[in-house]
Amino acid sequence: MIGGLFIYNHKGEVLISRVYRDDIGRNAVDAFRVNVIHARQQVRSPVTNIARTSFFHVKRSNIWLAAVTKQNVNAAMVFEFLYKMCDVMTAYFGKISEENIKNNFVLIYELLDEILDFGYPQNSETGALKTFITQQGIKSQTKEEQSQITSQVTGQIGWRREGIKYRRNELFLDVLESVNLLMSPQGQVLSAHVSGRVVMKSYLSGMPECKFGMNDKIVIDKQGKGGTADDAGKSGKQSIAIDDCTFHQCVRLSKFDSERSISFIPPDGEYELMRYRTTKDIILPFRVIPLVREVGRTKLEVKVVIKSNFKPSLLAQKIEVRIPTPLNTSGVQVICMKGKAKYKASENAIVWKIKRMAGMKESQISAEIELLPTNDKKKWARPPISMNFEVPFAPSGLKVRYLKVFEPKLNYSDHDVIKWVRYIGRSGIYETRC
Amino acid sequence: MTDSKYFTTNKKGEIFELKAELNNEKKEKRKEAVKKVIAAMTVGKDVSSLFPDVVNCMQTDNLELKKLVYLYLMNYAKSQPDMAIMAVNSFVKDCEDPNPLIRALAVRTMGCIRVDKITEYLCEPLRKCLKDEDPYVRKTAAVCVAKLHDINAQMVEDQGFLDSLRDLIADSNPMVVANAVAALSEISESHPNSNLLDLNPQNINKLLTALNECTEWGQIFILDCLSNYNPKDEREAQSICERVTPRLSHANSAVVLSAVKVLMKFLELLPKDSDYYGTLLKKLSPPLVTLLSGEPEVQYVALRNINLIVQKRPEILKQEIKVFFVKYNDPIYVKLEKLDIMIRLASQANIAQVLAELKEYATEVDVDFVRKAVRAIGRCAIKVEQSAERCVSTLLDLIQTKVNYVVQEAIVVIRDIFRKYPNKYESIIATLCENLDSLDEPDARAAMIWIVGEYAERIDNADELLESFLEGFHDESTQVQLTLLTAIVKLFLKKPSETQELVQQVLSLATQDSDNPDLRDRGYIYWRLLSTDPVTAKEVVLSEKPLISEETDLIEPTLLDELICHIGSLASVYHKPPNAFVEGSHGIHRKHLPIQHGSIDTGESPVSTGPTAALDQPQVIPSQGDLLGDLLNLDLGPPVNVPQVSSMQMGAVDLLGGGLDSLVSPKPCIFSVSQILKKVFVRVFWSQVLLRLHCFVFLCSFGVIPTTPLPIHTPLMPNQSIDISLPLSTIGPVMKMDPLNNLQVAVKNIIDVFYFSCLIPLNIFFVEDGKMERQVFLVTWKDIPNENELQYQIKECHLNADTVSGKLQNNNIFTIAKRNVEGQDMLYQSLKLTNGIWILAELRIQPGNPNYTLKIGASLFLSLQAYRPIDRSSVYKVVLEGCQT
Repeated sequence: MIGGLFIYNHKGEVLISRVYRDDIGRNAVDAFRVNVIHARQQVRSPVTNIARTSFFHVKRSNIWLAAVTKQNVNAAMVFEFLYKMCDVMTAYFGKISEENIKNNFVLIYELLDEILDFGYPQNSETGALKTFITQQGIKSQTKEEQSQITSQVTGQIGWRREGIKYRRNELFLDVLESVNLLMSPQGQVLSAHVSGRVVMKSYLSGMPECKFGMNDKIVIDKQGKGGTADDAGKSGKQSIAIDDCTFHQCVRLSKFDSERSISFIPPDGEYELMRYRTTKDIILPFRVIPLVREVGRTKLEVKVVIKSNFKPSLLAQKIEVRIPTPLNTSGVQVICMKGKAKYKASENAIVWKIKRMAGMKESQISAEIELLPTNDKKKWARPPISMNFEVPFAPSGLKVRYLKVFEPKLNYSDHDVIKWVRYIGRSGIYETRC
Repeated sequence: MTDSKYFTTNKKGEIFELKAELNNEKKEKRKEAVKKVIAAMTVGKDVSSLFPDVVNCMQTDNLELKKLVYLYLMNYAKSQPDMAIMAVNSFVKDCEDPNPLIRALAVRTMGCIRVDKITEYLCEPLRKCLKDEDPYVRKTAAVCVAKLHDINAQMVEDQGFLDSLRDLIADSNPMVVANAVAALSEISESHPNSNLLDLNPQNINKLLTALNECTEWGQIFILDCLSNYNPKDEREAQSICERVTPRLSHANSAVVLSAVKVLMKFLELLPKDSDYYGTLLKKLSPPLVTLLSGEPEVQYVALRNINLIVQKRPEILKQEIKVFFVKYNDPIYVKLEKLDIMIRLASQANIAQVLAELKEYATEVDVDFVRKAVRAIGRCAIKVEQSAERCVSTLLDLIQTKVNYVVQEAIVVIRDIFRKYPNKYESIIATLCENLDSLDEPDARAAMIWIVGEYAERIDNADELLESFLEGFHDESTQVQLTLLTAIVKLFLKKPSETQELVQQVLSLATQDSDNPDLRDRGYIYWRLLSTDPVTAKEVVLSEKPLISEETDLIEPTLLDELICHIGSLASVYHKPPNAFVEGSHGIHRKHLPIQHGSIDTGESPVSTGPTAALDQPQVIPSQGDLLGDLLNLDLGPPVNVPQVSSMQMGAVDLLGGGLDSLVSPKPCIFSVSQILKKVFVRVFWSQVLLRLHCFVFLCSFGVIPTTPLPIHTPLMPNQSIDISLPLSTIGPVMKMDPLNNLQVAVKNIIDVFYFSCLIPLNIFFVEDGKMERQVFLVTWKDIPNENELQYQIKECHLNADTVSGKLQNNNIFTIAKRNVEGQDMLYQSLKLTNGIWILAELRIQPGNPNYTLKIGASLFLSLQAYRPIDRSSVYKVVLEGCQT
């Protein structure tokens, strides 16, 4: 298991050092500094073995977090723990910086004592930790309060405390997707996938039991069998095939595995409910049609058409098209129908920006690129044209069908909860070869 | 208020000032002082002299202050053991505190103080805490047992804490269960043989229930523990798999990887043709792909593991090659790993895409990455024959870029392409030659020289090219020198008229002016060869060479299996077994994949399951062995008699002026045998000369195969003999031999392939767990049909029943029962072979009569029928003869 945990600043000075195992000595602190932080070349691996001691590190801005061990530990777990450690610190005092760490070092030691025992990670949900690690000492708690704390920390629902009350029960669901594309010049999709996240902000009283439903093909098909033929036909079009998904630990996985239903008691506040990936029937919000013509050896003519491919009532935002230019470009003239376009010599690209664009529209840019004659034999590799944008729908086609809330003990019903759903689709790596 | 000010302390008299502050009357001041002490401790200053003053602050209601003092104690108690005793009272008192948080804190801290006297006092409070009413205290106490075990293992056993820990597995609180499992797993690592965890179906069921309810970390502990369990049959394996698969959707990647480990291990036990097997394989792929969308460090761990999984079960990810395409922003360690996996997954179906990608990568910035990408193109060419042409033209394009390291790397891989497809792409040699001057790395120079030598007849100025290298002969690395020597000899044999001078020059450089023994030896061999009989020399040097195979960088199968058992752990990241990087007793115990049992209770078909399980292993023979495997199969397909070595010899050529006889009659014999773990070590011994040995292949009825290449690196001198220990395993190809314990061995050296056969004492194939249950024995014995039974007389054996039984037991023949009928001793015995075959026997011993009667039967589901009866009795004969001597 984890033998020790160190936090360093960018110079390699130790800010926090906590040793859990006898086999880790003080020299381990220095070994990491000398061999990794002060190493000449770039870091080649997040796991380093120095004299039979293994160091795992992650970096947050210019702070290094390193876990040390001499055993054959679960490597994935160590990294997950380091990430979790960062989350916990961020939840307590904001950004992870040298100043914040120095200001809160007593708190950090207290946290490290709680969430890592003899190198074994323990409950590290901030919701639970904040009930008893407060930096104010333990005030005279009643016996009930104490046992409530311990049962929450060790309990099945370690991520939520009892007795939360809101005057207004409200929840926000954000479906955030990033759509990735690689397209051939002829418009053939070489690869496309969407990686999405469902982020939930819940402000609900008590211990609400939630059930989340979306247009998952497997679920719809199952229901479709029972329903009328018409239903099945209709929903068949709207449902989507999810390649894979992962869930926050509050979701009952065995229930998802057997019934494919997503039920959970949510943490309070903001958290990521699920992540998913789809590759089929993706709505590609934009189509890029490039046309590059070499006019002699010193001139290129580029014409790029972009077409928006969604409902006319919707608006795409923050559109940016990046057209790479050869290294020996001497001058560029651009004409675009919409937005602004500029040649950026330092980035070797023409950057075309459009603030907003409605669906089913089309726009065009044409450019003449003057080239310096070179004797370089190497041909220009023609990097792909890339795009950035943001659209108010989910390119995977995912739809939230319901999010039901039940709280049997308190008397508010599903109808009293105010629910908000928002879809945002962003470009990931969205490229068209030219 | 900020705490950072504690880090900036004034230098002089600091300790003194702190001492004063620690004894201040005001609580707040004292707390401030302790914070300063901790800050100083963090930075590495020695503040141990303040020990008594800090401990004085321990008696406080302020929990924050108490925790700080405890932190100090954990750090310095060891250096001040006598002073540390002062703290004991306070600990013991805290363990009785009404507040569970304080009880837990006390027991947690006490376990971290490694002072014998304190440890003594720990036992009582710990015993109470293990039974505390509050789960928070119990889960802390569970970990504390592991701490105590680390300090004083004997005490933990004596005080019965292990039993208390085992009781906690049945605790109602899932987190207590998880911590107890973690503690027990760690303790049992230092007692590899004891069954501490007592994994039985009931306990497994408890763990699986807790799995659904505990924290993400607890799930990891439980899954890692489950992976050490060996289900008794496929039904149990399947039911565990069914309850583990939901974990594949967990957001924590460590939970996912640990679940993958359990599933990969238990897959071994599932019948391949079942529906469930196929479904499970399909379920494994999406979560592995999803791991790649995590943070880079986790991606790295995932990729190292996927690399293993792809080698073990390529079918899982064969459709997913696209996700391993490198992204521009990936950190370099992720890029390099992805590249490795891409090549493993490359096939005819996706080769076009892969090549396009690799070509892109070859223009990137990072030198290591670019080199690896170029090498990958070469590996694609060797792996997928249809793509070879495209790969070669891509490599040529890259050579045109004139980027130095790209050119050199490309030339090295083109050499390998020539070795795989000889006489196919010589047209490109001209282009390669243009770059001769820019090569400054030994690898690239050697590769280029090899190409020139190999194709000397088609390169007009080959002599000039090679001559140019000869000028600085002594400054070259050994690798280049050796290649150059061979290349010039080849050139000479191809164009003798023009190059006589050149060859003389190189031979004298190699033999007279060099100190390197390898170089001299090779030089002399060529020299003799050329001076004795140039025609034969031509046959030897220019003989057709074996083609190289693609899978040269696979992990050796037994290591791979072991690493699969360590998925998610550091071992899987390093691709090394834990004992390679872990000190002491931890992790020395080696793990094995479960083996499908010979189905005693199912007994469906007469086909024995044991040997098939062995055959299921991927047939990876260590790289060079591949070719010989083929040769053997060609020559020996049906069990014909082994060709006699001397008759196979090529026309007698007296290469070394009189040593030929000694060359052709090497006889390996098995010298001593021992069984360590499940490996059989066979010591092979040559009484005669062999030149440099290339490789070594075994063929026998039990699938014996060497797990490492032959560890001989320097050539043997005439009449020199060498003893070699070669670790063997029984996962190789099985071929029925006659007699059964015949082992055929092929050894290849420069001259030819030599075949031998020898007899292995059969008893080394008897496994330790060959003791059959009494009941099973009775039933099986009765069920054995008469034609499967055999009577046999063992003559002249002057031992009594007990000694015989003892001696047989030493050879893994176990006495199940003994009875006395009419003054005769009847021994009922069982043994099991490495391939899962059971053999039962009844041994009748009459006191005073040196002749025993032996009745042997093989259990009903065996294919033993096919074996000649004599083989079965010889099993016993061998052993008994062993006993007598």
